[in-house]
Amino acid sequence: MNAVHAWRCLRGVLTREALRFVHQRERFVAALVRPLIWLLVFAAGFRAALGVSIIPPYETYIPYEVYIVPGLAAMIQLFNGMQSSLSMVYDREMGSMRTLLVSPLPRWYLLVCKLLAGTFVSILQVYAFLLIAALFGITMPGLGYVWLLPALIICGLMLGSFAMVLSSVIKQLENFAGIMNFVIFPMFFLSSALYPLWKMRESSDLLYRICVLNPFTHAVELIRFALYGRLNAGAAVVVTVAMVVFLGLAVYAYNPARGMVYRKGAPGG
Amino acid sequence: MTQPKSATAGTAALEVSGLSFNYGAKPALADVGFTVGGGRFKVLLGPNGAGKTTLFSLITRLFDGPVGEIRVGDDDLRKQSGPALAKIGVVFQSPTLDLDLNVRQNLMYHAALHGMEKALALERMDEELTRLGMAERSGEKIRQMNGGHRRRVEIARALMHRPALLLLDEPTVGLDVPTRRDIVNHVHTLAREDGIAVLWATHLIDEISDDDDVIILHQGRVRADGNLAQVIRAAGADSISGAFDVLTQGQSE
Repeated sequence: MNAVHAWRCLRGVLTREALRFVHQRERFVAALVRPLIWLLVFAAGFRAALGVSIIPPYETYIPYEVYIVPGLAAMIQLFNGMQSSLSMVYDREMGSMRTLLVSPLPRWYLLVCKLLAGTFVSILQVYAFLLIAALFGITMPGLGYVWLLPALIICGLMLGSFAMVLSSVIKQLENFAGIMNFVIFPMFFLSSALYPLWKMRESSDLLYRICVLNPFTHAVELIRFALYGRLNAGAAVVVTVAMVVFLGLAVYAYNPARGMVYRKGAPGG
Repeated sequence: MTQPKSATAGTAALEVSGLSFNYGAKPALADVGFTVGGGRFKVLLGPNGAGKTTLFSLITRLFDGPVGEIRVGDDDLRKQSGPALAKIGVVFQSPTLDLDLNVRQNLMYHAALHGMEKALALERMDEELTRLGMAERSGEKIRQMNGGHRRRVEIARALMHRPALLLLDEPTVGLDVPTRRDIVNHVHTLAREDGIAVLWATHLIDEISDDDDVIILHQGRVRADGNLAQVIRAAGADSISGAFDVLTQGQSE
């Protein structure tokens, strides 16, 4: 693999993903509507029920809708990762995956290109979400929007490779609902996205421990601190390690000699 | 147009030997071996379920099995997969174009994956689309095209990087008779004039021309391999459809 070829390939994959993003407006709108409902409806109802306290990185009392913004940003990335990886399993999409996989570059590199492209799209979605939130008066400190970018790159890659591993293991994906129920919702609810972890600990120590082990929690915290211009080193380490592990598993699962994805759908011809 | 590029003398464009593959306990290919030389049009004939798609997946390294060897020109597909894949152009059975993108965007994506420079890619795109009578349509979205035109785009795409070996897996399925004939003729021309080695999988006997080579695959095994006349004679039949019937009889699961 030479550097020029590698760069052209990455640019090609990114360009394709950007073009698809532009052409699939429904997908973009759907990706925004979901977190906005949480933000504008759920949070409005909940702010009365949930007492908000001062915990880092916040330095003052914050309304509930400010608290859940980082969690919703991470949720956008989780959904996006799931959608782009799971769609690989659908036949038509598998087609375009084939085009990628028969290219004359190492398989791991092609998968990384695909993940970077998916992350790139998720970042556009998160910033669009933050823009709309700002229009409703929910804003972050100015530089937070800049610090957010590296956090989103690393979280997007982590969640994207997690989804890629999942796509290689799961057989039937006619219903996205199954993934929603058994993966996305537990990951989302068993995290610090909707409530601070100390609050969770008050009600159940076991649930608290599960939340702490959930890499999604650390993605949310990394994003939350970044939005306030601060680095949560612990979260950064956990997210990075999780990313490396998931990426390794994804490369292993998509290794031609294993061919898990293709062997599952044993072709008829 | 550039000069024809065929495999160097003595080296086949594709050489498969001792290839076996199982899906779990179910054997899909058993000790498959054959070669395709530069400029030859080889028809891979077999009923549905014979193992054609599995064979194509192995040759394109979508997956890999432990048994057997595949060489593309001088390169071992397992050890030098990059250089080997760079010499292959492929048209899969199921469509692989992005429906929401236009012809140009689809072809340029492919060119990027093959590391081609933009100016060269544009030139090749023009060339290949012109040969297929599609030059005017490069701005058209795939979604708006019919099946025949989509197939032509896929063939043009497979040729962008000037492969020495072109693989097509039942490329004419679902197309009308005149479109099928055009595509069959076009690919024969590519073999004859550009020296490309072609492996064309089908179960449609009327796609075979008199001077083609034929492999008959049945239940994962090669039942016959040679030029059309040899295969017919060896089967003791008087036509390829007779030979096909003789060689693919029995042992059905």
